[in-house]
Amino acid sequence: MRSHDFVLYEDGLYRLEEALRRLRLDANAKAVFLVDKNGQQIAAAGEVEQFDVTSLASLTAGNVAATDGLAKLIGEREFSVLFHEGKQDHIHISIVAKRAILVVIFDDRSSLGLTRLRVRQASGDLEKIFESMAKQAEQGTMANTDSSPFSEITDEDIDALFSE
Amino acid sequence: MAFINYASKEINCKIVYYGPGLGGKTTNLQFIYNKTSPEARGKMISLATETDRTLFFDFLPLDLGTIRGFTTRFHLYTVPGQVFYDASRKLILKGVDGVIFVADSQEERMEANIESIRNLEDNLEENGFDLKSIPYALQFNKRDLPNVLQVDEMYRVLNFKREPTFEGIATSGKGVFDTLKSVAKQILIELRKR
Repeated sequence: MRSHDFVLYEDGLYRLEEALRRLRLDANAKAVFLVDKNGQQIAAAGEVEQFDVTSLASLTAGNVAATDGLAKLIGEREFSVLFHEGKQDHIHISIVAKRAILVVIFDDRSSLGLTRLRVRQASGDLEKIFESMAKQAEQGTMANTDSSPFSEITDEDIDALFSE
Repeated sequence: MAFINYASKEINCKIVYYGPGLGGKTTNLQFIYNKTSPEARGKMISLATETDRTLFFDFLPLDLGTIRGFTTRFHLYTVPGQVFYDASRKLILKGVDGVIFVADSQEERMEANIESIRNLEDNLEENGFDLKSIPYALQFNKRDLPNVLQVDEMYRVLNFKREPTFEGIATSGKGVFDTLKSVAKQILIELRKR
């Protein structure tokens, strides 16, 4: 497996979801998402069923990437927080552990101040989880380089995907 | 950069459609969207100008089915082809697993094709990838137009590394799925090697 593939195991997902659930309650938010910088959704908590999470992940990543580009144009390393204010719902976007994007959707039951405060607190927890996940993945790779189930994919398996 | 989720048993991969402006990248995605069952695809997003030119990207998530118990999901993106959107093209190549180059077969667009492949090579490199090794397919689109170049002439000029090459008419779907399958297969074969 290439070292820059992003691998998520059950234990890691559980811990991330737990942290998101806590953040959602503490911030009184509608929903909280964690998205990979390449646009894949990692984990979510809250009223997620009312959102198209795949589109949300892709557009958030595009938004962050474009803003990163803007930052570099004016000599900044990054803009670590983005905020979009709507009539009812608002989106707070921040970078966590350099590679993930934390998205908090909230309405007037919460506030920007509260959300910022809780996001700052949760970011530390999420960073620790990402660090331990990275260590775990490293150890796993060192212990058994053949552990990937994809090493056993056959040509027939691949062809079968395209046969329908 | 494939995203492998052991918890939900999903593999997510990213394919980017690259090529000169008005070459048919968005039309490829629209055809795939129209011909895929709603269960297998998500919403198609197009960030376009008022005149329907791609401004940032088009996006289409597609489920291909399961392989070894893992749901195989491909996220298809197009880049804006117009020369001055280079900053956006670089961003969209981030974390890419495979590239489809959609070349415009019209004789007067050959220079634009060549320039766009060069640009692809540079932008991949800036993102830490190498066109020589990344899963890649080439599509000669718009074969139905009257002023197209011969296929072997296009192959000679545009084929980079003997990558799989397809003739296409994206408006009617010719070659669209063959090109996609070719890159998807290469990505899965890469995944097997890791």
